[in-house]
Amino acid sequence: MICAGIDIGSRTIALVLTRDKEIIDTRITKTGFSPVSNAKKIMEGIKADKITATGYGRTLFEHHFNSDTVTEIKAAARGAYEMTPSARAILDIGGQDVKALSINESGKVTKFEMNDRCAAGTGKFLEIMADSLGFRLDEFGENAVSFQKEITISNMCTVFAESEVTSLLARGEKPSDIAMGVHVSVVKRAVSMIKRVTPSNEIFFLGGVAKNKCIKLILEKNGFKISTPKDPQIVVAYGAALIAGEN
Amino acid sequence: MSTDYNNMWKELGLDLDAHNALLEVLNQGYKDIYLSQENRPKSMEYFDFVMSEVHGLRIKELVDAKKEGKKVIGSYCVFVPEELIIAAGGISVGLCAGADFALEEVENYIPRNTCSLVKSAIGFKLGKVCPYLECADLVVGENTCDGKKKAYETLSEMIDDFYVMDLPQIKNNTGKELFSKEIKRFAEKLEELTGNEITADSLKKGIEIVNNKRKALYRLENLRQEKILPISGLDALLINQISFYDDPLRFTDSVNKLCDELEERIKSENSAYPSKRKRILMSGCPMAVPNWKVPFITESLDAVIVGEESCIGERGLRNPVENNSDNRSDLIENIIQRYFKIDCAVFTPNKERKDHILEMAKKYKADGVILYGLNFCQPYTIEAFSLEKELEKNNLPAIKIETDYSQEDMGQLQTRIEAFVEMI
Repeated sequence: MICAGIDIGSRTIALVLTRDKEIIDTRITKTGFSPVSNAKKIMEGIKADKITATGYGRTLFEHHFNSDTVTEIKAAARGAYEMTPSARAILDIGGQDVKALSINESGKVTKFEMNDRCAAGTGKFLEIMADSLGFRLDEFGENAVSFQKEITISNMCTVFAESEVTSLLARGEKPSDIAMGVHVSVVKRAVSMIKRVTPSNEIFFLGGVAKNKCIKLILEKNGFKISTPKDPQIVVAYGAALIAGEN
Repeated sequence: MSTDYNNMWKELGLDLDAHNALLEVLNQGYKDIYLSQENRPKSMEYFDFVMSEVHGLRIKELVDAKKEGKKVIGSYCVFVPEELIIAAGGISVGLCAGADFALEEVENYIPRNTCSLVKSAIGFKLGKVCPYLECADLVVGENTCDGKKKAYETLSEMIDDFYVMDLPQIKNNTGKELFSKEIKRFAEKLEELTGNEITADSLKKGIEIVNNKRKALYRLENLRQEKILPISGLDALLINQISFYDDPLRFTDSVNKLCDELEERIKSENSAYPSKRKRILMSGCPMAVPNWKVPFITESLDAVIVGEESCIGERGLRNPVENNSDNRSDLIENIIQRYFKIDCAVFTPNKERKDHILEMAKKYKADGVILYGLNFCQPYTIEAFSLEKELEKNNLPAIKIETDYSQEDMGQLQTRIEAFVEMI
């Protein structure tokens, strides 16, 4: 049986196809301003016996395709558990959401936290900060790692943080030092969420921001043991595909 | 609305255009959220009718009663005893507001980081859109939280007869003494306003009417504890909300009729839902009409709200007033006893509320608890932290939801509540 899991996030759409739990195909595209047409595009030529949609666009997708839906929280837990059965704590930093969850030995979610409205401390936050500092998003982390001076960014609000960054630049602070401060502030927020759901310090880290090496490094400096899958952006879609097969 | 009430609204001083806009939103919301539900009890027709006439026929009844010399007393809180109002020959109406109105203007009077409930109360006054408020002869505020307390200073400048009742914050003898004095002072105010003396007989009558109303609502709450769910949580919430506006005798009668039907439905295993649902206890801030946001999200999922630990819910209903004396001061003392027990989060410490939530979770067979708080409502959002831990200690999953009357967080709320329902 071929199962498809599609994760329509705020910034990225990921698709995973499975046959008997094995991943046979993955696709990733930007969500853009038309989630439905981009989801349709990514589904082109896909023949699946069962489809499960997840992510913030799941209900929209459900109306256009004949699919089940599941929250990205349950799907993240399912995908992470399949990839690393020993994982008990999961951190997912995506385009506009941060989630921390704890799962038990059978993979069931026992507690979770999620940001409740704004995009503070998410991928979008890093994207805007990278832009204000003149870095490309994919080189933002590396540049931050080369910092020389510790700077604290006190605003988590994207709008306020942007003006804070501007005034730090005007004071003559170096972009890489400020970049480090930005990364530290993202980790601080994530750590407080993790601590609210689990005492564990072994974290399975997924979502687009898991590709950022600096975030991983700071988490490790904070005493966490981090494992990241090869492609952290497809874990949730993989979980959805597994759930499709199990329904 | 069936009849043209424009003249009545104009005479009350409403801003007709703004009021029409509000009614449109209310009617659309009601259609989408309430009338779209399937397999509702037939007796909900009465409550649908009340809602369709909430600014029409009911207001006309109030205006007509005023013409006969009756006084309408509006209040914002369950600490204001309806028994006394009825005993003084007055009509009690709840003024709590559940929709954003004239937000920008409101923020010229109170800060942005004030809870939606308080903002809405001021918005309704500024926007001249609430006929209950406009036809009230006396508006009663109470010193519960700081937000309300200070907002009443603002409101009292906009309302002719605005009365503030002080409340203690600790349930000890000193607190009780203050509360007792305040209830007696309120009774005097009512006598002065209505020109009627509050007597033992009129008190007994008032207590009986309100006790019967609470008893009928409790009957409904008991039926929601059954395994077969005879009614949706949204409908039950609506009935609790309507209890603050409607004529108490007619309302009690209608709730009892509904309960007769619900008992039949349970017997014939006619559930409001085709399949089994997760049972949720809603606990925290009150939800005034038309604040149906979180219940609507919850019941759009495989979940049902079985009970409300809220002022519009069991917190406001608990404990009947003892009606066992022919002596005026005994009866007033009974009212004081009853109202002093209300476990509002403005009290410190407030262990009774924790005990009550645990007791309700058990009685209503809840699978999980939503700790509902309005943004910036310190008393309830602070209590939510310790309550969450306490509930988890008792193997009851809980989720803290902080929100307001806006729609901007619908997506995230939906995901969080849905994941919670999946988890429990």
